[in-house]
Amino acid sequence: MTIQEVQLDRKKSPFYSRQAKLDRLNQWHEWKGYSSADAFYNAELEYFAIRNSTAVFDLTPMTKYRITGPDSLDYIDRLVTRDMRKIKPGRVAYAVWCDDQGQVIDDGTIFHLMEGEYRLCSQERHMEWLTAAAIGLDVNIKEETADIAALAVQGPTSYSVLKNLGLDGVENLKLFGLMDFDFEGTNLMVSRTGYTGDLGYELWIDPSKAEALWDALFEAGTNYGIMAIGTTALEQSRIEAGYLAAYEDFLPALATVRTGRSRSPFEIGLGWLVDFKKPNFNGRRALAREKRSGSTWRLVKLDIEGNKPASHSYIYTKKYGRFRQVGFVTSAAWSPICKHNIAIGTVRTPNGKVGDTLWVEIYYQREMHWTRLMAKAEVVGKPFWDPERRRVTPPGVY
Amino acid sequence: MTERYDAIVVGAGHNGLVCSALLAKAGKRVLVLEAKDQVGGAAITRAFATGYSVSACAHLLYQLQPKVRKDLGLKIEYAAENMETIALSPNGQHVRITGNRVDGVSDADTDSYRGFYKRMTRFADLLQTYMNRPPARLANGTAKDLLTLARLGLDVRLLGKTEMREFLRLIGMNIYDELVERFESPLLKGALSLDAVLGTHLGPRSPNTILTYLYRLCGNHGRLDSPAGGMSSVTEALAHAARDNGATIRTGMPVKRIIIENGRAAGVETENGDTFSSWLVVSNADPKSTIMDLVSPRNVETGFTRRVHNIRMRGNAAKLHLALDGLPTIEGLDKKDFGERMVIAPDEDYVERAFNPAKYGEFSSNPVLEVTFPSFRDSSLAPTGKHVLSAIVQYAPYKLKGGWTDATRDEFMQAAIEKLAEYAPDLPQRITASELLTPADIEKEFRITGGHWHHGELTLDQFLFVRPVGGAAQYAMPLDGLYLCGAGAHPGGGISGAAGRNAARVILSREKAA
Repeated sequence: MTIQEVQLDRKKSPFYSRQAKLDRLNQWHEWKGYSSADAFYNAELEYFAIRNSTAVFDLTPMTKYRITGPDSLDYIDRLVTRDMRKIKPGRVAYAVWCDDQGQVIDDGTIFHLMEGEYRLCSQERHMEWLTAAAIGLDVNIKEETADIAALAVQGPTSYSVLKNLGLDGVENLKLFGLMDFDFEGTNLMVSRTGYTGDLGYELWIDPSKAEALWDALFEAGTNYGIMAIGTTALEQSRIEAGYLAAYEDFLPALATVRTGRSRSPFEIGLGWLVDFKKPNFNGRRALAREKRSGSTWRLVKLDIEGNKPASHSYIYTKKYGRFRQVGFVTSAAWSPICKHNIAIGTVRTPNGKVGDTLWVEIYYQREMHWTRLMAKAEVVGKPFWDPERRRVTPPGVY
Repeated sequence: MTERYDAIVVGAGHNGLVCSALLAKAGKRVLVLEAKDQVGGAAITRAFATGYSVSACAHLLYQLQPKVRKDLGLKIEYAAENMETIALSPNGQHVRITGNRVDGVSDADTDSYRGFYKRMTRFADLLQTYMNRPPARLANGTAKDLLTLARLGLDVRLLGKTEMREFLRLIGMNIYDELVERFESPLLKGALSLDAVLGTHLGPRSPNTILTYLYRLCGNHGRLDSPAGGMSSVTEALAHAARDNGATIRTGMPVKRIIIENGRAAGVETENGDTFSSWLVVSNADPKSTIMDLVSPRNVETGFTRRVHNIRMRGNAAKLHLALDGLPTIEGLDKKDFGERMVIAPDEDYVERAFNPAKYGEFSSNPVLEVTFPSFRDSSLAPTGKHVLSAIVQYAPYKLKGGWTDATRDEFMQAAIEKLAEYAPDLPQRITASELLTPADIEKEFRITGGHWHHGELTLDQFLFVRPVGGAAQYAMPLDGLYLCGAGAHPGGGISGAAGRNAARVILSREKAA
């Protein structure tokens, strides 16, 4: 008897051939079955491409679903907490969706491609939940992750790069808008979205045209400092922008086992996405209860003294000289652009109001020896990095 | 202009009637809307051939809760009381069972049955207590829920060490193993197996069949009565009780949808376009048709929709009605025996084998039957000298391979008649008219999804705290003002009235609290 071999190879993105040519580090990890680079040259350098020129990140592995059918709007509107009736065709919405207990299953972006046709992009796979949500409604849900090649083109010069690529009219594309262009006879969809908190776009195209697009983009970007980047640099920039990552800043509700490990939108700072004016959506009853009786957790953005990143730190309050543990840091980084030691964390209410002073316990190692540091942390309201250029239309030429 | 009521009950099944009578008694202005032209749901008497009438779905009364009778002061006239069960034998050596007595078996079996009956009725009494109150909530419960749970634990413990162990051993078990261990007589084992599986999609070797057997004993210890004039007399009595208390009952008014406004029930709309307003809508329909058809999933949340969608409720019992020009002859039976209940289930393996094809979407070619001749003691049901046979025939899966057609229905009816003819050879030539209701027909006529008379399989995963589904087990649906009061809710089916009574009590106590 022979044992059947199971295909364990990682999938390669349609951009892989181009990425492999640039790759000097050979540092790859798995992302939903695909190989995804940590970095190609140097994560620091790549980070500065995001903030100073143009960075290109391959987001093909991101989970994508196409939702169509007569009930698609009703379906999406019941699925997520925000009012999707306000999102017209040609617009993109950041949204969060919950289970019946009002606990966050995931967050993601929903593209209203055309009347009654949507694309939902998220970190996690959700076919099981999306299928359950379709019971009794006339919709069609198709996973199209592998059917679309996608690139994030982010950074201050990204607009110039796209303009140089010949995308006429892209100057009119507003934040969270999407536009269709022709690229060598194929539809190229461009959305003004991203995960860096900077001026930037995401490009969506048929995989057969992926390499051609990559080549043309890098050609157009030669004089604008275009650079391919990996996940490490992206992670640093998303913390600066105050964006959340599933499995880091919250746990998808359907993946939790213990009670109290999941979070509601209110508990991860996404209460603004919950619209109680809608008569029904998943989690509405539980969230209305929570709104009345108060949340257990609160997400905080912390500005921490010193320069030692507070990864995995406990968060404390200090009263009468005594520290009391109230939460923990979920994401932390030194922000080169802000010159601040920043972190995202979760604390028990009522702690963590904007302006509150908290303390984080940082452990760091220097020449084998560990040092413990209690650093003061201020709770801030705004994202650490939110430049005007992200929103301005038409975007500035840098 | 829409009329406004304090409460609207969708469906005048027996539970809907009990619930509306109790709500009306508490001073509510209640409207009951029934799709059919007569009240009663699956507990009705209707003609199936000129001059011949029969209880069209449920045909024996064994579970009507004493508390329901008492609360509503019901007086029901019986054609037959405390009926005997006769397990038919092809050679006339029948076994007769009533209460704790069994005749026609060995002395060992007689003794053993007495012990079995004693234990089972004791366990049934325990369950019955919980049948007549709303199930406790497990998580986020109130003090009352905790008390109910503690009481359940205590009651089980108070059975005593041995009996508690037995209860816990038996409650999830199949009845087959228990019967084989205890009894010799194949007919006795067959008859008890049949009792455990009637109306379910289970065979005697399926887990849970002790539970379904106990459920049958809840109420009156399995004592079988036959109301005079058929089942309608029970539901007519309930309708009278409701009307006497001031409820309005309107028949021939199928409800098209339950109106939901801003996340709460606001009334109903009927098929002919009439709307009625009320902040309290109580559905006697099964949970699936209530949520999927009347409310629409778009008005409830996904997790709940999925749980309701996944309720197992595929009926497997058919109902056979025969008009006879005279009583057939059955070897070993006296004429008076035709007033009793007969079962055709020669042994426990026979019952299990009858179930086998149903697992694969085929009907039993050797079915099991529960047979009564209701006209024998109730002359109102048939012309003088003529008779009616009413039988439950298993198994007839709702999802028959290829679907139920006139041809497959006839084929199954022939199988049932042939089986009857093995015991009553002259029966076929006495038939002047016939009718067989498959689960598909029952679904259509009585508007029960899947044609399942319990509105959802009665198994541990759909019982007590999780009936009809987790998070909605206390009659209240996750929409303000919407309640269930039918068999799909706790405790389950059978003409018991428990669900309707519990629902009314929950509604009234919630209102008081608000």
